[in-house]
Amino acid sequence: MTWRSPLALVRDALRGQRAREKDLRNLASNLPYEGLEKAKQPNCYFPGNAIKTTKYTLLLFIPMNLFEQFHRLANIYFVGLAILNFVPVVSAFEPGVALIPICVILSLTALKDALEDFRRYQSDRKLNNTPCFIYSRKEQQFIKRHWKDVRVGDFVKVVCNEIVPADLLLLHTSDPNGVCHIETSNLDGETNLKQRKMMSGVCMSDPEFEPESFNSAVVCEKPNNNLNYFKCYVEKPNKEKVGAGIESLLLRGCTVRNTDHAVGFVVYAGNETKAMLNNKGPRYKRSKLERKLNTDVIFCVILLFTMCLIGALGHFLWLQALPGVPPYLVPDGNGHLDSPSLSGFYMFFTMIILLQILIPISLYVSIELVRIGQIFFITNDIDLHDEGTDSRVQCKALNIMEDLGQIEYIFSDKTGTLTENKMVFRRCSIMGTEYAHKENAIRLAVLDVPVSEEEVILNQQPRPPRIGWSLDTEDSNPEDKWHHHDNRRKSKVTGNAQSDAAFSSLLEAEVIPDRKLLQQICRAESSSSSRNIDPYLDFFLGLAICNTVVVSMATARRQRVSGFSRSDQASNPLDTFSSLVKKSGSLQHIFPSWQHKPKKNRTISEDSVEEEDHVKPPVKIEGSGNTNKLHTCLLHAPSDNKSAMTPDNLSYEAESPDEAALVYAAKAYGFTLLARTPDSVTVRLPSGEDLVFEVLDTLTFDYNRKRMSVLVRHPITKEYVLYTKGADHTIMELLGTPYAEHLSGKQKNIAANTQHHLDCYAKEGLRTLCFTKKVVSDKAYESWSVNRQRALAAIDNREELVMDTAVQLETDLSLLGATGIEDRLQESVPETIMALREAGIQVWVLTGDKTETAVNIGYACRLLEEEDLVINMSCANKFACTSMLDCTLEEVRRYSEDPRNVDTTQNISLVIDGRTLTMALSSDLQKRFVDLAKRCRTVLCCRVTPLQKSKVVTVVREQLNVMTLAVGDGANDVSMIQAADVGIGISGQEGMQAVMASDFAISRFKHLKKLLLVHGHWCYTRLANMLIYFFYKNVAYVNLLFWHQFLCGFSGSAMIDYWLMIFFNLFFTSVPPIMFGIMDKDVSAEMLLGVPELYRTGQGAGEYTFTTFWVSMLDAFYQSLVCFFIPYLAYRDSDIDVFTFGTPLNTISFFTILLHLSIEIKAWTVVHWVVMLGSVALYFIVTLAYSAICVTCNPPSNPYWILQRQMADPMFYLLCIITTVVALLPRYMFHVLRNSIAPSPLVKARHLDRLDPSTRDQCMKEWRSFRGIAQVRPSRLSTPPSPTLETTVDIHHHSSATSDIMWDEHHH
Amino acid sequence: MMASSYNAKDEDGHITVSGPGGGTLRSKKPENTAFKQQRLPAWQPILTAGTVLPAFFIIGLLFIPIGIGLFVTSNNIKEFEVDYTGVDMSSPCFNCSQNFSWNSTRPCTCTIPFYLDQPYESNVYVYYGLSNFYQNHRRYVKSRDDSQLNGDVNSLMSPSKECEPYAFHENKPIAPCGAIANSMFNDTLELFYNDPNGTRIPIPLNTTGIAWWTDKHVKFGNPGGNPNLTAAFQGTTKPVNWRRPVYELDADPGNNGFINEDFIVWMRTAALPTFRKLYRIINKKSSMVPTLPRGNYTLEVVYNYPVRSFEGRKRVILSTISWMGGKNPFLGIAYITVGSVCFFLGVVLLIVHHKCGNRNNSADISN
Repeated sequence: MTWRSPLALVRDALRGQRAREKDLRNLASNLPYEGLEKAKQPNCYFPGNAIKTTKYTLLLFIPMNLFEQFHRLANIYFVGLAILNFVPVVSAFEPGVALIPICVILSLTALKDALEDFRRYQSDRKLNNTPCFIYSRKEQQFIKRHWKDVRVGDFVKVVCNEIVPADLLLLHTSDPNGVCHIETSNLDGETNLKQRKMMSGVCMSDPEFEPESFNSAVVCEKPNNNLNYFKCYVEKPNKEKVGAGIESLLLRGCTVRNTDHAVGFVVYAGNETKAMLNNKGPRYKRSKLERKLNTDVIFCVILLFTMCLIGALGHFLWLQALPGVPPYLVPDGNGHLDSPSLSGFYMFFTMIILLQILIPISLYVSIELVRIGQIFFITNDIDLHDEGTDSRVQCKALNIMEDLGQIEYIFSDKTGTLTENKMVFRRCSIMGTEYAHKENAIRLAVLDVPVSEEEVILNQQPRPPRIGWSLDTEDSNPEDKWHHHDNRRKSKVTGNAQSDAAFSSLLEAEVIPDRKLLQQICRAESSSSSRNIDPYLDFFLGLAICNTVVVSMATARRQRVSGFSRSDQASNPLDTFSSLVKKSGSLQHIFPSWQHKPKKNRTISEDSVEEEDHVKPPVKIEGSGNTNKLHTCLLHAPSDNKSAMTPDNLSYEAESPDEAALVYAAKAYGFTLLARTPDSVTVRLPSGEDLVFEVLDTLTFDYNRKRMSVLVRHPITKEYVLYTKGADHTIMELLGTPYAEHLSGKQKNIAANTQHHLDCYAKEGLRTLCFTKKVVSDKAYESWSVNRQRALAAIDNREELVMDTAVQLETDLSLLGATGIEDRLQESVPETIMALREAGIQVWVLTGDKTETAVNIGYACRLLEEEDLVINMSCANKFACTSMLDCTLEEVRRYSEDPRNVDTTQNISLVIDGRTLTMALSSDLQKRFVDLAKRCRTVLCCRVTPLQKSKVVTVVREQLNVMTLAVGDGANDVSMIQAADVGIGISGQEGMQAVMASDFAISRFKHLKKLLLVHGHWCYTRLANMLIYFFYKNVAYVNLLFWHQFLCGFSGSAMIDYWLMIFFNLFFTSVPPIMFGIMDKDVSAEMLLGVPELYRTGQGAGEYTFTTFWVSMLDAFYQSLVCFFIPYLAYRDSDIDVFTFGTPLNTISFFTILLHLSIEIKAWTVVHWVVMLGSVALYFIVTLAYSAICVTCNPPSNPYWILQRQMADPMFYLLCIITTVVALLPRYMFHVLRNSIAPSPLVKARHLDRLDPSTRDQCMKEWRSFRGIAQVRPSRLSTPPSPTLETTVDIHHHSSATSDIMWDEHHH
Repeated sequence: MMASSYNAKDEDGHITVSGPGGGTLRSKKPENTAFKQQRLPAWQPILTAGTVLPAFFIIGLLFIPIGIGLFVTSNNIKEFEVDYTGVDMSSPCFNCSQNFSWNSTRPCTCTIPFYLDQPYESNVYVYYGLSNFYQNHRRYVKSRDDSQLNGDVNSLMSPSKECEPYAFHENKPIAPCGAIANSMFNDTLELFYNDPNGTRIPIPLNTTGIAWWTDKHVKFGNPGGNPNLTAAFQGTTKPVNWRRPVYELDADPGNNGFINEDFIVWMRTAALPTFRKLYRIINKKSSMVPTLPRGNYTLEVVYNYPVRSFEGRKRVILSTISWMGGKNPFLGIAYITVGSVCFFLGVVLLIVHHKCGNRNNSADISN
């Protein structure tokens, strides 16, 4: 090391600081400087790639950790007390001894922090030592180094399936198109492949990239945490600037896929990478219980001060009353006695020290321990484990478990949350003609049926698809049948496991073409193949092109699941299926049913559609795939081997599952998407011809436009064609000139027909999309293109400008058709919703979907009931909205006040659309809306934006002051999840953003049921009871000392050895409440699931209320009185000494406190017994040992041989017995009388729990049905309201544009 | 908590950092054990009238006899108490109590006659009782040096700070130091039996056996191995209020110095402001003659101890003891009361059970 002047060091530091703070960074290649000392390097100011996420360093651990810990108010309080003990005039105990509790607490916490930090250190080290390839000039090649050696300005090579070590500007890839595929699942959980393209024009994409030839400067922005945005340009030596964005950046943490290798220039390293900047610590939320707890701690403080004041005043009065100077008043060192008032003043502080345990020092530590235990049990629940994705429930927020037991409102997303978000193409409408895809529907039904868990229901009413199935298994015994189910399920599960890697599962990939449509296409192909203006062909081209699906080759598949090859997915789905079946070893079971399928199909077509008699069996086990058959149908020879790509080994990866479904649908009709690069799309037509479309621009999807477009140049016609797809209501407004001149008359008709079909789809619960096409003239394109470039290059509000240009282009669209995609309900959703509702939780659904779709799903998942009164709110302006709210509210009020409805639950449901919601949530209408919503059982909000979702949650949460839970799976639910008290993310198909933002992550909606009803209830009751007990325990114990003050002249003396007092709290009585908080089980899980109503006990104030707190406080006072004064009376006027008197008190108090807990414990397992008996044993062993060893230690208490003597005295035992009995009698009696005379539902449930399972189930059913009837009955008895308002049977909007007031009621 | 999101995944073994082969396929399925699934077999008691009925009756039936036993035992204990504070003009000790100070050199003696109306058969314990004396005052309790009392030579010469201001007197360490020792009870009590024929027979009072064995033999000890106590306590001075140094408390070397039993008894500070302390034991001579026959007695008090500064009272108590200690009817009464209450509650619960019990048993939920 060369010596450098401190001045130079400071200068360098400042320079480095400046370089880092600059808005734009100038980076240069490190290679020319290789081997030079660090200060001479151009990029030396930027941090290296070694990361350090540890909070502490070895040397500074203690001060830093202490500093952290003293942010907690309680710790400061206790340290203050300990310091107070060092003031001689007020000290109640040995000063050193007073430090022990706080030291134990602090060191325990420090130990925990240290362990956590050590784990972080280990993972850092592991990460930093991960190997990677860095270019070295000396070696003239990439050499193997470690992640920590990577520096800004280096060239790094990443090979396939490797993780990118730092943020790299992509300069070279092995791909001829200059594309590199990455998977960002490590960052955002999205498992689909994303394309990154290398910077064009900077480096020649020679077969071998020469890093040394790179002599340009890279100028990039300051590091920021936006994963989707990056701005930089490369300045070549000739001053030419080439811009680059996020599309050329490989982010640290991504995995390179499907690309042999890629070389990048390091722009950000280590802690400056986007991944690291995005890495926030765990979120800190405070649960409702904890907030309440804090107010109670304040009550305790007030109580403490009152008691201290009493002590101070008492001491003053006591001193005043003394006639002289008694020998027991000890003057200070100088023989001087303080005046009574001054002594009283000092006594106040002495009392604080003496009674400090009233504020439970160990409470916070105990709560954390309890939470760790609760998390352990939640994450280990086998019922919350999803077989398909092999994921457990994750608790991301560590301190709001108990909130799960108090939820009153659930806000749920629909897609992906209630539904699978596995999109299946169902039907389409082209040019106003509907194609029903019946065969496809049948196939889906077959696939679906055996998987569902409701075998019972299915057995009762076999659906048509099961006919063949049941015929087949007629002769086999029922066990065999079950076997079939099992195997089917297994194979489905493996399918799911695969779909973990990509969205397209077997179900979605396979589409059986509609016959009529096939013929139509044949016709179109033959007639106008040259010009390609046929709307049918355009429709499917749109399907294939208008998306952002990435095509990946099965050969370069990702290596995620080792067991199964994903190539199968893309190939003929049936082969896949059978191969899967083979793999799971169930061929012999599964085959018969498949062979019988044709027969079954025929049966169906016979009794359903006559004309489809001659439908070919669409499914075969062996033979070529659908596409091939299609080709034969079209009389075209299948044109294979034109390129290496064959349709069979393609797999599609889409950001949203609808897109993949549509591409698969197009493929089924022969329009195969073969490749997609940023600049081109290759589509194989049914004729076998491969068309390469030049992609000029992609107007990506956003939630405001609700559509996306792709602008391509048609390779044959050379026209600029814009394909747009989007939600029907946005598209319908943009329709302009007719599609083609000769169709002009029909255009209006087509739109109307299509709209009709769309409405039908929506009613069926399908997701609808409209497809349009627009031919852009050359001139228009050029002028638009200029605008677009300008917008893209803009620096200020770029996003807005880009969106504006998109809107500019998307006008005058001509409608091609519409698609209906099915998104099935997840398993057990209706049951879950029913259960949640019985649990007193209002379930709201907030969805971006159409009203009709949402309502339909609402019925399907029993959110809406047939008997319900459904209020449909949709209005165009605020005035209408206001009056409507008022009317409805009035109506609903009258309905609920109707004497006939008094004892009923309201069965009113509200359906509201996004636009109306915006008005209803405006500040002046908010109250009325919430008031109305409060009276509704269900609210469905349709077509809402993410922002509205969070607004709804916030408004309800704040206006009604209720506990809210939001559950969602997509990025659009993030704001809602964050707004709610408890956010739950479903790790589903749409990436992980929701999970990242959530407090808990589950994999299926149905898990919510157990999570809330069982774990929520348990966590809440456990913690609430533990807290109450904790307060009780401290008060009961400390009050012994307080009562003693009345007999010792309020002198602040203690009759219990201080060490024993510490042990008492720290060891003897600390474990039982913690175990109680972790393991107590008031009602069994089966019972809680069976009778969701039990959940209501936790809602609102729950068990931990103001009264319970004070009742237990009073009980504590009573018990301490008994524990003190019975021994007092027994030992009055005897020769007992201070600490001998304290020993039975301590023991009695110990037993009272433990037995009090055992009254509260609801279920005694082995652990309970061990802990309780262990505590008793510990108490006696420690105390006996202590009093045997301590001869002169710990003055003045000197416990030597005291307990031994006491235990030899029968009085001790007699006293212990009677005092404990008297102390606990009232509580015991209270419990007994309450449980006998007015048992709470929980007690009833516990009674049922003790019955044998079959009787219990019977009783549970009775209980539920009793409630059920109570809920249903009223709507039949009472007359439905609303005579004043117009009633329409039709649920649909006539037209959303014209409806000012629409208010529908439904009696299904 | 975790280094970063992908770190977290890394740890779970889901991403292998380099090379093909994929992650290790370790199922995250939780173990299906009774403990982890919270299905441990459990005893689930429900406190209802029906289930706890027996407990109440058992408690009632157990407590009442115990109470009666305790009460009878307590009643059989004979106890006699004389207050000799002398606040009353009529009291023989009135004079002594008036002209008094800690340092008065002239001892004041008073004689109190009393009559025992029943003979005391077994060993009789002689207590002195003080009331309103707060031996449990925080600073008083602390004002001692246990290691000094244990015989530690260092502590003897430099008493602990806790003893302040009774640690040094005229620059000499006080032995024993502290306020407790300083305020030691120093009345002398003597008991005479007035024979019906007029003679005053002194009753022999046993000075040993009144302290805890462990105190005398373990906790307290004279400094050094020096049998000559005067030499052992060389260089120390007596507590200010004492008349004699500590090594002159008793003639018997086994009961002198720090192991003097009167001293040890005093050092065990009383728990409550009204207390008694064992002073002497009158041992039973033979099974034939009662320890204290019925008749007239005289108590002779050398009145040294001042109690007027705190309105205290001084008493002498003669008591026999039983297995449960001194006379205290409270525990017996308490047991009887609690037993009866429990019995009564048992009956109440029986009624409750009769009225509400059936409803619960049939698990009727539709209240």
